[in-house]
Amino acid sequence: MLQNKAKILDKNQISRDNLIPILQEIQEREGFLSKKAITEVGQKMNLPTSKIYGVATFYNQFRFEPTGKYHIQLCRGTACHVLGSATILDEFEKQLKIKAGQTTSDGIFSLEIVACIGACGLAPVISVNGEFHAKLEINSVKEIINSYRNKSI
Amino acid sequence: MKIEINNKWVETFEEETILEVLKRNNIHVPTLCHIKDMLPTGACRICVVEDADSGKLIPSCSFPVYDGLKVKTHSQKVISSRKTIVELLLSNHPDDCLYCVRNGNCELQSLSDNLQVRERKIRGNKNHHKLDLSSSSIIRDPEKCILCGRCVRICEEVMEVSAIDFINRGNKTVIGTTFNEGLNTSSCVNCGQCIMVCPTGALSEKKHFPEILSAINNPKKQVVVQYAPAISVSIAEDFDFKAGTDVNGKLNAALRAIGFDKVFDTTFSADLTIMEEGTELINRIKNGEKLPLITSCCPAWVKYAEEFYPEFLTNISSCKSPQQMLGAILKSYYAQKNNINPANIYSVAIMPCTAKKFEGQRDEMTNNGYSDVDAVLTTRELSELIKTFGIDFKNIEPELTDSPHGVRSTAGKLFGVSGGVMEAAIRTAYFKLTGSELLNFKVKSVRGLKGRKEAKIKIDNLELGVAVVSGLANAKILLEEIKNGRDDLHFIEIMACPGGCIGGGGQKINADENALKERMKALYIIDENETLKVSHKNPEVIELYKNFLEEPNSHIAHKLLHTTYKKRDVLL
Ligand code: SF4
Ligand code: FES
Repeated sequence: MLQNKAKILDKNQISRDNLIPILQEIQEREGFLSKKAITEVGQKMNLPTSKIYGVATFYNQFRFEPTGKYHIQLCRGTACHVLGSATILDEFEKQLKIKAGQTTSDGIFSLEIVACIGACGLAPVISVNGEFHAKLEINSVKEIINSYRNKSI
Repeated sequence: MKIEINNKWVETFEEETILEVLKRNNIHVPTLCHIKDMLPTGACRICVVEDADSGKLIPSCSFPVYDGLKVKTHSQKVISSRKTIVELLLSNHPDDCLYCVRNGNCELQSLSDNLQVRERKIRGNKNHHKLDLSSSSIIRDPEKCILCGRCVRICEEVMEVSAIDFINRGNKTVIGTTFNEGLNTSSCVNCGQCIMVCPTGALSEKKHFPEILSAINNPKKQVVVQYAPAISVSIAEDFDFKAGTDVNGKLNAALRAIGFDKVFDTTFSADLTIMEEGTELINRIKNGEKLPLITSCCPAWVKYAEEFYPEFLTNISSCKSPQQMLGAILKSYYAQKNNINPANIYSVAIMPCTAKKFEGQRDEMTNNGYSDVDAVLTTRELSELIKTFGIDFKNIEPELTDSPHGVRSTAGKLFGVSGGVMEAAIRTAYFKLTGSELLNFKVKSVRGLKGRKEAKIKIDNLELGVAVVSGLANAKILLEEIKNGRDDLHFIEIMACPGGCIGGGGQKINADENALKERMKALYIIDENETLKVSHKNPEVIELYKNFLEEPNSHIAHKLLHTTYKKRDVLL
């Protein structure tokens, strides 16, 4: 891991302009931006971690916790929005007791908001580890969660 | 070059902003994101004026003047635009002015008053954020934050700490630490300069009022109080005196009226610090030990070093700060002499500083299990206390401090201003090394409000290299020079707050523009007018050594008055 990061940092020229590509690459390899990663980037680039965290939180794409065993991507694109994805999101957050971007404390679920995933016909739609669940209703949220939870035991 | 303001032509200089011209001509336009002497960001747009030719609104804080520019500062368009901005800011604001620490001293409140905002026009969702109570010095209430960004800039540009920044985007934006965790786990050094620039109640000091109230009312406790050198020349401003009025006697009287049993002056222990630190300096020079020696009185600087420059920790003097020294003496020597169980002493310090609250609760700052100091009040909190107790500060009869530990030299008094510790130390080091006093005592080269001052002081054959910096950004530059091989310095004074403690993070918010200068002047006038100008002649300090401490850097002095620091792991 450490070596990887060093490589990413060496490969990209160390300048503030490269911050975002560097963070993207780290997330791609490690799945999320850890405290350790942010600290190391900060040291190399001579940037305070608060600045890096500020930049990273500006974009939805970065996460700061490892993804769960089941990673739920919830579409908040236009079609899904029109068909009520906001209430679906609320329900997921309520059932899982986490906010979008977070991972449940048992490590089983993580929740991410994504823009249109190109399945507008299925709206409102989510994808769990690549598996699509279409035309969601509030009542189906609990079922979906339970089905994965059962699988994980 | 000329521009027209409200149909009147005025002279301007090249590269001035409209705002600077307006200020010079005593025309007031409000600002929020702007900080004096810093590059404008133009983020809030409350400072807009109307371009009289085009009718466009332009931000005066960031707009450079050009010849022939015509502006209107209070046209209908301007006023209603400012009003809308304030209404927008209020739309998600908690509106609990009556319960707010900044009630009566809030820029948002006075803006909405001045712009006659009298009804709620825009209803937005209220902010919901938790209070951050994790720090021992500073409380953050993000619900009251209007995102002007002044705290972020001070922390980054003046302090080089960058503990906080903007997090998230759009209406989710907040100001917070890395990973949005408590301030206590961040690199925050507790200097409180963010509080000084915050327009609202989003940042304030952790109050120690309830603890003090109950201690004062507890018959078992002897409640002792000490106040820092800067307090007597600062507190007056809250009671309609001119900035820089020295009200030492009234301060003593007010503290007794509140119910403090004994009133001491931290300046006494500033003198004690000079005895200890001066001796340490001389020993280090004589024995060829690690130099430069760096002062340790400023707890914000000490924490900064623990985090950012641990390699300099052995350069930092082992002396505790004057606050802690006096605290330690009161719970040892004073307690013994007066037959009081130290457990029954409640020791309060009044400081121009928020970092002193942090310092007071550090593990290092104890002796036999007793905290040297139990509670720390800022200058602001003292004003509140005086008002709570209904004391007529203006007319109260002056009184003296309690003795011993109340007599002070004027050298100790200079601790309140950047360069003062240095000047006091030089006076005593000079005497210790040569046996005679420094000619007319003054060390002019380390005076003034500049962020960095240096001098070479001839003491017999020794050419003492000294540097004084205030504002941690300035400290950083100097420390980097030393890291890169600079070796002509023997002694460095570092204060976190620009100008030193007179500009501390616990001082009056929105003080008069000249306040800093006036407070400084007041300290030098005291030094000019009084006769006891050197710490080593303070009779009560001499007596303390004779009766108790033996000599500077003695075993017992070390046990009570010195400490060491360790590298601190935080997210930098
Ligand atoms: S300079 Fe003075 S007021 Fe500022 S943090 Fe240091 S000790 Fe406190
Ligand atoms: S004060 Fe000018 S834009 Fe904020």
